[in-house]
Amino acid sequence: MLKANVIAQEQGQAKWKQISAFLFNKGSTAIGLILLFVLMSFASSDFLTVDNLLNVFRQSAVLCIMAVAMTFIIISGGIDLSAGSQIAVSGVIAAGLIASGVPVLLAIIITIAVGAGIGFFIGTVISTQKIPPFIVTLAMLTILSGVAFVYTEGNPIPINDAFFRSLGRGYIGPIPVPIIIMVVVAIIGHLLLSHTRFGRFIYAIGGNEEAARLCGIRVNWVKTGIYVFGSMVMAIAGILLASRLSTGSPNAGTGSELDAIAAVVLGGTNLFGGEGKIVGTLMGVAIISILNNGLNLLDVPSYNQLMIKGIVILAAVWFNSMKSRRASAA
Amino acid sequence: MNQPILELKHIVKEFFGNRALSNVSLTLMPGSVHAIVGENGAGKSTFIKILTGAYSKTSGEIYVEGQPISQMDPMVSKKLGIHCIYQELNVANDLTVSENVFLGNQPVNKFGLIDWKKMNSDTKDIFASLQLRIDPKQLVREISIAQKQMIEIARAISQQAKVLIMDEPTSSLSDREIEILLALIEELKQQGIGILYISHRMDEIFRIADTVTVLRDGQHIKTMPLNQVSGVDELVELMANRKVADYFNKVEAPIGEPVLKVEGLNKRGVLHNISFELRKGEILGVAGLVGSGRTEIAMALFGLLKKDGGTICIDGKPVDIRGPRDAIKLGIGFVTENRKETGLTLKMSVRENMTLPTLKQFDRFLWINRKEETGAAEVYRKLLNIKTTTLEQTISNLSGGNQQKAILARWMIQGTRILILDEPCRGVDVGAKAEIFAQISKLAQQGVTVLMISSEIQEIVGMSDRVMVMKEGHMAGMLEKSMITPDHILKLAFGGATSA
Repeated sequence: MLKANVIAQEQGQAKWKQISAFLFNKGSTAIGLILLFVLMSFASSDFLTVDNLLNVFRQSAVLCIMAVAMTFIIISGGIDLSAGSQIAVSGVIAAGLIASGVPVLLAIIITIAVGAGIGFFIGTVISTQKIPPFIVTLAMLTILSGVAFVYTEGNPIPINDAFFRSLGRGYIGPIPVPIIIMVVVAIIGHLLLSHTRFGRFIYAIGGNEEAARLCGIRVNWVKTGIYVFGSMVMAIAGILLASRLSTGSPNAGTGSELDAIAAVVLGGTNLFGGEGKIVGTLMGVAIISILNNGLNLLDVPSYNQLMIKGIVILAAVWFNSMKSRRASAA
Repeated sequence: MNQPILELKHIVKEFFGNRALSNVSLTLMPGSVHAIVGENGAGKSTFIKILTGAYSKTSGEIYVEGQPISQMDPMVSKKLGIHCIYQELNVANDLTVSENVFLGNQPVNKFGLIDWKKMNSDTKDIFASLQLRIDPKQLVREISIAQKQMIEIARAISQQAKVLIMDEPTSSLSDREIEILLALIEELKQQGIGILYISHRMDEIFRIADTVTVLRDGQHIKTMPLNQVSGVDELVELMANRKVADYFNKVEAPIGEPVLKVEGLNKRGVLHNISFELRKGEILGVAGLVGSGRTEIAMALFGLLKKDGGTICIDGKPVDIRGPRDAIKLGIGFVTENRKETGLTLKMSVRENMTLPTLKQFDRFLWINRKEETGAAEVYRKLLNIKTTTLEQTISNLSGGNQQKAILARWMIQGTRILILDEPCRGVDVGAKAEIFAQISKLAQQGVTVLMISSEIQEIVGMSDRVMVMKEGHMAGMLEKSMITPDHILKLAFGGATSA
């Protein structure tokens, strides 16, 4: 036997091992997404068309923007269960302001400012009162939902302003406006996380809060900042949804926080904080959106869709936890 | 006539070729108290762990009531009646006293449900036999630490313990509670239980022990009846380690003007009237037993412990340090004793961990200048010889020594003037140790003021220009260079008479 052959073979094996390890560790979300994409292309002839794909993206814009905000929060070791209610509140506020004659731009600014206020409240309670984010935002979920219903007296507020409606429904050239907004938010999110001190501090706090504090990081400020930023982004998502529906509805966005959390976790972000990337979240959003779209195209009844979605999320999280167990065993 | 309840002969324990225990023998008679003493790292814990089956011995023999025991594991050890009360109490706070006593052994009635009546009355009986009064139905959360300890002892008794190992049982008790515990130990002796008593507190040992064994560097130094020991000094002399390792390479640095001055620092129950002055380029060693207030001084200087009184001056100006942020701004750096819990962000890269406190200096408007950041990290990676494939490696993949170097680098990038090191070489291999000490020495030469806390006497002796010895929150003494010897330090730390 030739020695060179053996070496080459060993090298080949080592290389293959490296590649498979990389795919297993870093690329699992991407592989899942590609598999799903291929599967759907074969399963439904309507799936792989420009119209349908643009439709998928357009419909995923609100979810995607929410998930970007949620990524920040989860990396810091927190969670926001009130995201869905924040969507409803910002939608009805924007609609209410427009209905009462406030100029559209001002209405949007006020809505986002209200979002900042909500985030400031949540962040302050979490960081200074040391109440777990899960509890604080669970309470906020109920409170804000109540606020939306009280504000509208339970009735949806129709929106007739053309500019406002174009945010969720319009096109710039061939590209839908919501997709542009989504991409801008995602890029800003990515840049903040990976190129600024704020982003670095979020990872540090999520990874080891005490160590972060001992490095002189103002943990409470940063935490509050995370929720302020998060809720402002949620407000943008709420405006977009209201625009798409041409209505400010107190029911809008209900339960969507769970989809956002699922997308973040599918994207490989550690639910206990310290790890995660916007790119992963985008893939997580794509998986959920393609799944929704594909199952619709295949005429799967909506109740069955729920079951399938749940199973996919469970499987993905199981896969992630298996990965981290392997990593800690190594 | 009287058979030993426990006999260990020539116990050896090696970890990957390093001897933690060599040739330690011990005989425990029923109804007696056998104390084990030694400084930190002498091998006491390893010895206990062999007895409880947590570690397996490398060689040697163990006999329980004359029977040779070939294989010791936690189950076997419990079955043989060997029980250990650890420093950290092992009780469930939300269960009742009797549930805790019978944890895992609850008596059941014929329906397979817990027999509360029997459990409570049995608990009462055990406490009565120990002359203790604790309500079996009370929640453990509501009782004192001392009483929780009693629960653990009662649990051992309920399981027919023959040998009771107590590891620093009085470390968190008040004086009055210690009295109760010592009385309880007398009671246990009467019942024929053999007690292995590990403590740093010499006065307790002289009160209750019948025999004492001294360990040093894993060696069995001496075993003798306590009535033949002349006093605390004799024991300390036996424990003291004169051997000073040669890897310190301490270079004498010119000592400059005063930088840090602490006056009358007080924290109720923790620190009492601590005053000292530190000069430029000076290394102050802080010695003392665990819990003597060493770490608390560091915490007060770094703004982690709110002081009740006293002043801290830097460059002659009084400063108000309210948190790590203030401390860092004043040029103080702190390497904590627990790297993984309070030092590193384990999921981050080596680079990110190195620049965490100094990120601002790489900021250009809102942007981190990655090139400059990496450049700075790279300089210190080379300088400190941090062994990592790349700076982007996740820091949890590095060895303890290299992780520690990264933390040191963190404060060097910051340009720290006053560096506080708490156990800088804990869990660090010998090679990295030498490099870290060389670096500390070099920093002092460059004019950094160093305050180094260590449990390793050799480290203190090898590195310090002066040594402050702490005991129970007080300054037991300040040793000038010529007076720094292991003997003097240990005598002050243990509170014996000293000529210093």
